[in-house]
Amino acid sequence: MVDAQMVREFTDLLSENGVITDEVGLRSYECDGLTGFRQVPALVVLPRDAEEVAGAVRLCAKYGMPFVARGAGTGLSGGAMPVADGVVISLQKLRRILEIDVENRRAVLEPGVYNLEISKAAAPYGLYYAPDPSSQQVCTIGGNVAENSGGAHCLKYGFTTNHVLEMEVVLADGSVVTLGGPTGEQAGPDLRGLFIGSEGTLGVATSVTVRLLQTPQSVRTVLADFPSIEAAGDTVGDIVDAAIIPAAVEMMDSLAMEASEAATGAGLTVDSPAALIIELDGPSDEVEAEFEQLTAICERHGATRLHVPQEAEERQKVWKGRKAAFAAVGRISPDYIVQDGVVPRTRLAEVLTRIADMGRDAGLRVANVFHAGDGNLHPLVLYSEAAGEHDAAEKLSTDIAELCVELGGSLSGEHGIGTDKACSMPAMFSSDDLAVMHRVRLAFDPDSRCNPGKLFPTPRLCGERPGKYQPHPLEEAGVIERL
Amino acid sequence: MTTHPTTGPGPDFSSERGEKASPERADVLGGDFGSFDDHHPPAQELLDDCVHCGFCLPTCPTYALWGEEMDSPRGRIYLMEMAAKGEIPLEGAFTTHIDRCLGCMACVTACPSGVQYDRLLEATRPQIERHVTRTRADRWFREAIFTLFPYKRRLRAASIGGALYQKLRPKSMDKLMARVPQRFERLVAMESLLPPVRVRDAFARIAPRTPAVGPRRGRVGLLTGCVQDVFFHPVNEATVRVLAAEGWDVIAPREQACCGALGLHAGREAEAAERAKKLIATFERADVDTIATNVAGCGSSMKEYGELLADDPQWAERASAFAAKVRDISEIVDETLADPRARRHPIEAKVVYHDACHLGHAQKIRSEPRRVLRAIPGVELTELPESEICCGSAGIYNMLQPEAAGDLGRRKADNIRGTGADVLVTANPGCLLQIRKYLDGELPMLHPIQLIDASIRGVRPPEMG
Repeated sequence: MVDAQMVREFTDLLSENGVITDEVGLRSYECDGLTGFRQVPALVVLPRDAEEVAGAVRLCAKYGMPFVARGAGTGLSGGAMPVADGVVISLQKLRRILEIDVENRRAVLEPGVYNLEISKAAAPYGLYYAPDPSSQQVCTIGGNVAENSGGAHCLKYGFTTNHVLEMEVVLADGSVVTLGGPTGEQAGPDLRGLFIGSEGTLGVATSVTVRLLQTPQSVRTVLADFPSIEAAGDTVGDIVDAAIIPAAVEMMDSLAMEASEAATGAGLTVDSPAALIIELDGPSDEVEAEFEQLTAICERHGATRLHVPQEAEERQKVWKGRKAAFAAVGRISPDYIVQDGVVPRTRLAEVLTRIADMGRDAGLRVANVFHAGDGNLHPLVLYSEAAGEHDAAEKLSTDIAELCVELGGSLSGEHGIGTDKACSMPAMFSSDDLAVMHRVRLAFDPDSRCNPGKLFPTPRLCGERPGKYQPHPLEEAGVIERL
Repeated sequence: MTTHPTTGPGPDFSSERGEKASPERADVLGGDFGSFDDHHPPAQELLDDCVHCGFCLPTCPTYALWGEEMDSPRGRIYLMEMAAKGEIPLEGAFTTHIDRCLGCMACVTACPSGVQYDRLLEATRPQIERHVTRTRADRWFREAIFTLFPYKRRLRAASIGGALYQKLRPKSMDKLMARVPQRFERLVAMESLLPPVRVRDAFARIAPRTPAVGPRRGRVGLLTGCVQDVFFHPVNEATVRVLAAEGWDVIAPREQACCGALGLHAGREAEAAERAKKLIATFERADVDTIATNVAGCGSSMKEYGELLADDPQWAERASAFAAKVRDISEIVDETLADPRARRHPIEAKVVYHDACHLGHAQKIRSEPRRVLRAIPGVELTELPESEICCGSAGIYNMLQPEAAGDLGRRKADNIRGTGADVLVTANPGCLLQIRKYLDGELPMLHPIQLIDASIRGVRPPEMG
């Protein structure tokens, strides 16, 4: 628990402005992008540089406090939800781009730098940072490291782990270590790779060195409407079979397009059953040749409209239509759950048909927006809390995630396990698998004080119902209170 | 107690700060609106629109400065939710964080879910004004602002003092101001915002009627504004000349007073409603087709008169009719570009355009001013990095929250410097005052209409030699 002495020490370290102790302030940190799980932290601290982060972690160690590192708090799996009686270490004051090394094509960043800011800063040198989560305007590189974030263009370029060279990390005891190296290839076990995607359970990254790529010479994008989801799915299969590697292949169904069009006016056809956004990039002649092949494949599968944006501005508008889709769904439904699962690409049509059937059985609408190229689904289960549909929606969402595992896929493509799906981990991993993960975690953090309760299943969480926040009946009756 | 009956006992935050709930507040807390009263509290449907995605964070000026959740749009909406449930009182932390909001509405632009933060804030601020007792100094300072700024005559009188002060101001004043204790920082802020006043401009009047040059397009009523007319009179003159040159009869009723924007944006709803009614009546008498304004803040609140007076059966319809006629000057000039009457002479200059929040975010007018500027031969328009982030002016914010406003002003000034532009243009007197403070003398600063006016007349724009 927090005592005055501890607060004083944090204040001495971080100044008065760097420590939040008032209840109203603390409550604004009780959840991240997944509002269904809430927990008021005991303390929120806002260090200003790497040294202060290490100092804050050492103080947590001294007082035996668990802690959660938090970036922009946009995660959709409850990974940055605070721990009861724990400290939130917000990295939102560490937003400096420390170096852009043009010659070696890399950038050194503080963890709070927004993903999109990296590409903006690199643009004058003809460089950019490839992984582009849909929330890239707000999600931070530190969060991207924790979740091993993907994005539309990861089909061709890979995930965060393929672009991070080196990190400075503060471990739970406050020691500072360097994982990876500036050149990418390091001798010994790949601890850098282990850390990326560990969801904050191994330590706090305080600086991240990323690879920058040369902006492609040519980019061609097509927005293609299809008469059915199946036709769109088959098109994706044929593109891959033709040995074309698009930079991105995204699919949206009519419900998702309806919402997104209302929010962005991106030029999506709202009454089309499905659409693909396909992008090719690379050397001009290669892109032109493949683009012709690509449009021919679309037409062969009965594409009803091919919209080819000519200017960069127009292309960005189409992408805005795709990237704003999650949040835009708020316009067509009072409440919704974003699911994140992966299936083998060859089973796309099958999984979509089954999701549609499951939705019909549950009496709920499901909108689909996803990275079709790598089979990463994002079904959005629409429901109304007020109409009492919450439980049915939650069940449908979980069933969809477990269906992905059943079809040979994964519980999560890029949003992480966090709090939300910790209980489903045994559906995907054997107890031996989980035990080895746990042993690795203990090697880094023997007291389990780094983001405890996330990623790995624990009995306490599995007793609680995931989804949107619901007051406990005893809470409503005034018997207990949620701090 | 600050708890709401349906959510059970929660922590009583007010007592921790040693404050007591006033008797009226006890009544308020018993209602269905939590800590809000029943007069237009933030609507639950509007609160529900927020899905907590965080897309608003990067463009929020206070979040950009401090990175703290409760000083972000998403955090403030979260606080409104808690207040609506009666879990937290309006006094204390709630008021602090809502007061710190600039009301720039950048979050409304950024939000993919269509959250109407503008309406939420406009519903919340009057609640605070009604229920939170401010410190005596704070009350006095706010009253002083609202006793001075919305009155042209008082501003003119003040301008004499201001001009005199600036002439006589000894150099040692800078040193003295730097040593003023922290608690007077607002007065220091006010002092430093004072523009170079020319008494002749301050007392000049716009002609009540200016005939169109050539064939008439119609009859435009011009809002001359308060600060605009006294401190930026040449902008009004340029506006009249451009409108007339483009074929409009320009009517500028002498009896017009403040539009109420300054008060409305600070939560002084009743005062704003009274001012709105007076202005509506004035322009009804003027019998105009269009009502033009060259002030972003005024235009944004005049376009909202329909909502402001929706509850008043005598005024609701008249207010909507008025609002439907309101156009920013850049919208009007933009519409004439297809068929321009007045020839533009070249102005060779690299121009940087700053989006005033109440034009860009609140009225979504971004492309019009750029198009009318590009229509001037020789103008090279350049874009500003972080153009979506407020300069810190925000109505009376730079006087009430000088520290945050100063940080934002310096940040904006750095971005402007980085463009290497020859001239800065922006369509709001507040922005001009604020930016001038941090870029004084470095480059000319004008309203876009002054550039257009100079181009039509074939003269060098003011301040540009």
